Amino acid sequence: MDKLKIVHNSKFFRKNGQEFCALQEANMSVADGKFVSIIGPSGCGKSTLFNIIAGLLKPSTGQVLLDGENIVGKSGSVGYMLQKDLLLPWRTILDNVILGLEIRGVSKKEARAHALPMLKRYGLKGFESHYPAELSGGMRQRAALLRTLLYDRDVILLDEPFGALDAQTRLFMQSWLLKIWSDFKKTILFVTHDIDEAIFLSDEIYVFSHRPGRIKAKVKVNLPRPRNEEALTQLTFSQLKQELLSMLKVEQEIK
Amino acid sequence: MYGNTEKIAVKQTTAAHLLKNDRAGESVLVEDESQKNRKIRVQVISGQILVGILIIGLWEWLTRLSVLDSYYWSSPGMILATGWKAATQGTLMTDLAYTSGATVIGFLCGTLIGSAIGLSFWWSSIYSKITEPYLIAFNAVPKLALAPVLVIMFGIGFNSKVILAFLMTVIVAAMAAYSGVKNVDKDLEKMLFSLGARKHHVFFKVVIPSSVPWMVSSLKINIALALAGTIVGEFISSKQGIGRMILYAGQVMDLNLVWVGVVVLSFLAIVMYLGTVGLEKWVLKNKNHE
Ligand SMILES: Nc1ncnc2c1ncn2[C@@H]1O[C@H](COP(=O)(O)OP(=O)(O)OP(=O)(O)O)[C@@H](O)[C@H]1O
Ligand SMILES: [Mg+2]
Repeated sequence: MDKLKIVHNSKFFRKNGQEFCALQEANMSVADGKFVSIIGPSGCGKSTLFNIIAGLLKPSTGQVLLDGENIVGKSGSVGYMLQKDLLLPWRTILDNVILGLEIRGVSKKEARAHALPMLKRYGLKGFESHYPAELSGGMRQRAALLRTLLYDRDVILLDEPFGALDAQTRLFMQSWLLKIWSDFKKTILFVTHDIDEAIFLSDEIYVFSHRPGRIKAKVKVNLPRPRNEEALTQLTFSQLKQELLSMLKVEQEIK
Repeated sequence: MYGNTEKIAVKQTTAAHLLKNDRAGESVLVEDESQKNRKIRVQVISGQILVGILIIGLWEWLTRLSVLDSYYWSSPGMILATGWKAATQGTLMTDLAYTSGATVIGFLCGTLIGSAIGLSFWWSSIYSKITEPYLIAFNAVPKLALAPVLVIMFGIGFNSKVILAFLMTVIVAAMAAYSGVKNVDKDLEKMLFSLGARKHHVFFKVVIPSSVPWMVSSLKINIALALAGTIVGEFISSKQGIGRMILYAGQVMDLNLVWVGVVVLSFLAIVMYLGTVGLEKWVLKNKNHE
């Protein structure tokens, strides 16, 4: 059975008396343990879809099924990392990371003891007691991601987590993410604007069309795992990239 | 603001130390912010003391030369003598305790209750929008003009002074906390909800901490307002307090004693101001290390 199913999801907004459709009839099915990316032009409803899956927003129509159970409007059923890192500036990195555990009722001490080895293992060693403002962009993203991970849901939504990073850091973070993904066996939904990134990371890629956001295509990535930078130069990779580029290009022209 | 400057400073010194060993004989310039700041601080404080001494000296000198009429202007020497007498034989000390007690109690109640009111606006936007215009209207009312009513309502004793100090501060504190609430990052709230938080989690983990700087920013204004409230209350009618002492001294034409009152109040204001600065630092520090 599919881990996560999105059934006929649409979302309408009314702005200044005018109705418009941010998301139209989205249907997705994501198998357990897959890495699935979503690409599409800006403003096509990717974050809206994530907000719906995370239960922060109710869809105008449709259902979201997690393990067959409808989770529309139920926040906290999936892990969600929003488009910004959103670390609390008055908390240390360690205390930021344990936020989800704390909310669940785990004592601070226990949560810290649980989180500390994770920070050490995933590249934040020595920064536990620093404040977010003292960290580089990449580190902040890592902290935000670990926070989502420690919240420990099977499905994790990542909304352009590496959008603000430079190319070098980005490559490093992608490998880091793949390592985490294989260590924790999560199902990941990943929004990005970067086609290379989408291909490099994913098992499947959904392409969204320009407003009203519709799912236009679903592409499978048949690159072997584990992947490293060499994958970026393979023929399958460039063919796929070509295909996706032309799809998005059509989008630009319609726009 | 959330800096860890000490650690970094330590690292720098060791780095410079290593460099020094490499290049024996050459001098290595280490930029040391804290040392620079300390030097500037010493200069500022000694400058401030010097100016104070100059003003007092000038005052004394001009009254001795009769350029200023010492009947009206008194003089530092006479103020000191009168003050000493009032403190040892009169009621200056109990008056001081009375005034500062009413001010501090009124200030604390006003700040706490005001902040609680302001923060409570986060829970419901309908409630906050209904209340806000009344808050602004009440803030515009010259509360000191209500003093006679309050004195009649709460008696000429300690309570009416505390109430006045409280009324002077409570709205300012509420508005400051409300500004803080309005400026809470909506995305932070969203992030917390995505971690399965309920409203009370968001309130305690995000809304209060991010409003603290706003609440703290009103403390310094509020302590001065509280003192003004207390003194006006004492002017209207009271058996004790520095305000009453000044009023009484004026009525019997003892201008030296009036000056004593004014000077004591100035010192009280300064001490309380420094107290709030300390409180502010303490709160912000604890917030960072909650
Ligand atoms: N609460 C809201 N009220 C009204 N309109 C909204 C709301 N949230 C989103 N929208 C609109 O819906 C559309 C889709 O927004 P969304 O944030 O989902 O886009 P996106 O695909 O994530 O874009 P980006 O790639 O720039 O992040 C946009 O036009 C946006 O203005
Ligand atoms: Mg978005």
